[in-house]
Amino acid sequence: MKKLHFLWAVFLFALYSCGGGAKQRADSPETSEEKFEKQEVIYGTEVTEVELTNPLNASMVKEGHEIYEMKCMSCHKLDDTRIVGPGWAGVTKRRTAVWLTNMITNVDIMLEEDAEAQKMLEECLIRMPNQNVSLKESRSLIEFMRKNDGEI
Amino acid sequence: MKTKYYLFSLAIGALALGCKPGGKGGSGSTELAGDAAQKVYVAPGEHDEFYSIVSGGFNGQVSVIGLPSGRTLRNIPVFSQHPENGWGYSEETKPMLNTSHGFIPWDDSHHIALSTTNSEHDGRWAFVNGNNTPRIARISLSSFKTEEIIEIPNSGGNHSSPFITANTEYAVAGTRFSVPPDNNADVPISSFKENFKGYISFISIDKETGRMGIKFQLKTPGVSYDLARAGKGKSADWFFFSTYNTEQASTLMEVNASQKDKDFILAVNWKLAEKYLAEGKGKKEAAKYAHNVWDEDTHMATSTLLNEVMTLDPKDCPGMLYFIPCPKSPHGCDVDPTGNYIVGSGKLAAVIPVFSFDKMQKAISGKTFDGSFDGIPVLKYEAVLHGEVQKPGLGPLHTEFDGKGNAITSFFVSSELVRWNIEKLEVIDRVPTYYSVGHLSIPGGPTAKPHGKYVVAYNKITKDRYLPTGPELAHSAQLYDISGDKMKLLLDFPTTGEPHYAEAIPAKLIVDKVRKIYELEKNKHPHVAKSEKDTRIERKGNKVHVYMTTIRSHFAPDNLEGIKMGDEVYFHVTNLEQDWDVPHGFAVRGAQNAELLIMPGETQTYKWIPTKVGVTPFYCTDFCSALHQEMQGYIRVSPAGSNVPLKWGLGNTPEAAAEKAVAGK
Repeated sequence: MKKLHFLWAVFLFALYSCGGGAKQRADSPETSEEKFEKQEVIYGTEVTEVELTNPLNASMVKEGHEIYEMKCMSCHKLDDTRIVGPGWAGVTKRRTAVWLTNMITNVDIMLEEDAEAQKMLEECLIRMPNQNVSLKESRSLIEFMRKNDGEI
Repeated sequence: MKTKYYLFSLAIGALALGCKPGGKGGSGSTELAGDAAQKVYVAPGEHDEFYSIVSGGFNGQVSVIGLPSGRTLRNIPVFSQHPENGWGYSEETKPMLNTSHGFIPWDDSHHIALSTTNSEHDGRWAFVNGNNTPRIARISLSSFKTEEIIEIPNSGGNHSSPFITANTEYAVAGTRFSVPPDNNADVPISSFKENFKGYISFISIDKETGRMGIKFQLKTPGVSYDLARAGKGKSADWFFFSTYNTEQASTLMEVNASQKDKDFILAVNWKLAEKYLAEGKGKKEAAKYAHNVWDEDTHMATSTLLNEVMTLDPKDCPGMLYFIPCPKSPHGCDVDPTGNYIVGSGKLAAVIPVFSFDKMQKAISGKTFDGSFDGIPVLKYEAVLHGEVQKPGLGPLHTEFDGKGNAITSFFVSSELVRWNIEKLEVIDRVPTYYSVGHLSIPGGPTAKPHGKYVVAYNKITKDRYLPTGPELAHSAQLYDISGDKMKLLLDFPTTGEPHYAEAIPAKLIVDKVRKIYELEKNKHPHVAKSEKDTRIERKGNKVHVYMTTIRSHFAPDNLEGIKMGDEVYFHVTNLEQDWDVPHGFAVRGAQNAELLIMPGETQTYKWIPTKVGVTPFYCTDFCSALHQEMQGYIRVSPAGSNVPLKWGLGNTPEAAAEKAVAGK
């Protein structure tokens, strides 16, 4: 901020040193602080409730597996080894279904606001990508994760 | 914080006014708006109000510039290879630059036409013409990608193009150089009058898909077609083309094509042409031309060579064509928003003639002719004339409309924009340009519903407008506020290439439709790998296909062996990212084919013919994450005939396992 103020001062000096230009100066543009600091697109909205049932839904497990292979497996293994992101073994025990759903579908909000998600970013140093997974698809992914964690 | 904005705007004001004395449009100049900085300031995070789709001229591309900021947002490759994203380098995009002459890496693009419905912008496509090797391209305003290019046979210098009809039924291509027909072209140049024709092509555009095809070509007398505009409203069935060289000269054109006091505007009743075509008056002629189509599902282009074209001879089609005399060597030929007035800009004339469509209809029905030219009736000048704007300036080139009954015309020689009232033919206002304006652009200016607000002068000469950059300079453009009585200069901005015309369109007609990613589920590329489990290498003789994926931040596979000298290696790289603005790059040392840039969900192919035995690194060229620098791999190339087996992997080699074990301790 110090540096910025210094720059404005230089510009101001430039303005007055020109002379004559001051009367034609522009008025302050109408820009709200909020817009000025708006940085990136935020996707989706926060999910607060996810219903889980047993026994597992086989077709959801199958769909979840397919999505995993296309959109997740590049970074997450099914055992506990970390490649880019953490392995999925035990993930349904460590995290709630709501947390997982938000991480999958609203990753940008989570990285902004959720302390646990921020901790993951500090460890992995790669923002978990928004992989364009719908709410319904994320539910299937969770079903697949539960299966991976031994649920039936 | 408020203070900060205030100071910032003061600073902008100071910069815009400048300290340099005596510079035209600089401090103390009356044409510079006092509130210029505020009017062009687009705050961080805010968007421009208009997209301006700007021809890149001799670079063969199209730029997207935001107005009023003048910021270049993107350069879209069209008729030239583009090192920024691999257009014309990747195997998938090469066919887009195919022609009947073979692959052409660089053409000269000229005019923009944005698609319309009822002569109003609909925000679907932009069309642009390739001038040197005649072609028309269609660009999607959803993906901002060139989706189709069609070559125009029987044409030389596709200048009078790609202007479109009211409902985008047709784009036109009037040849600038009359030529003998392609299938019988070995004739003496001196036989111009006898053998050369001025072909005008009507390229049909599918309502839904935008797919183009040459519906018919008119074999008109051998003159030079310069520019064109379709009618609107009551004149929507007509198309108007300006001409020069009605002298029909073929040498020292600078002198010989400027002999007559008047050349012509050709009026074409294209609805009647369609009728004659339906009646079987057309004749198929042999002609070779390429038609290249991009497929957004398979992420690749196909090029098809076509062998014949439908032609219509005006001699068989009475009432289809009329010549309107127009002083002298007219350039622009622009139709006002009502469709009643046709403005001819005689670039060597001292007046701007304005023709009336109503009067033209009357002259046709009353047969008020002034003889004929090569069998085509010439209408009497006075009978068609609404009036002339007297002493408007020197060298009028182009005219656009502000939607308030006025026209603004660009003057190259006197370097100014002149606003005049169409009905009264009176000059209202004039403002200098820096320097020598060519095309001009008002948002919606050529449509039935101009949005007004601004006019941009796209200039031919830059000279001292920016910091000097050697003999070669960026072109200069100027933005003017036209909302008040006086046109006021707001901004200078540089352009990429030569801005041969631009059309500006309200951003709201486009932004909601813009594509952000390619969905992996819909990727139908024949060599896609939609999952790391599908990554592999396949050998077919000496052709080696690598199915590779990218995601932040690694390639799969990243260790490849078993490639041999004499192989042709095809890397089919699928970007598994599904988030907006996460492309990955791909480059192999020594590849004579530059690089790739692959958008999220897209598959692109990179051909590499190894030139040396040894281990060659490859890497991602687009900074993608904090671990971008680690996004790299190795390819081992062995001598021809060696027995190193094909092998590929990612993090699962015995060496990697050993390293991991060590790290774990």
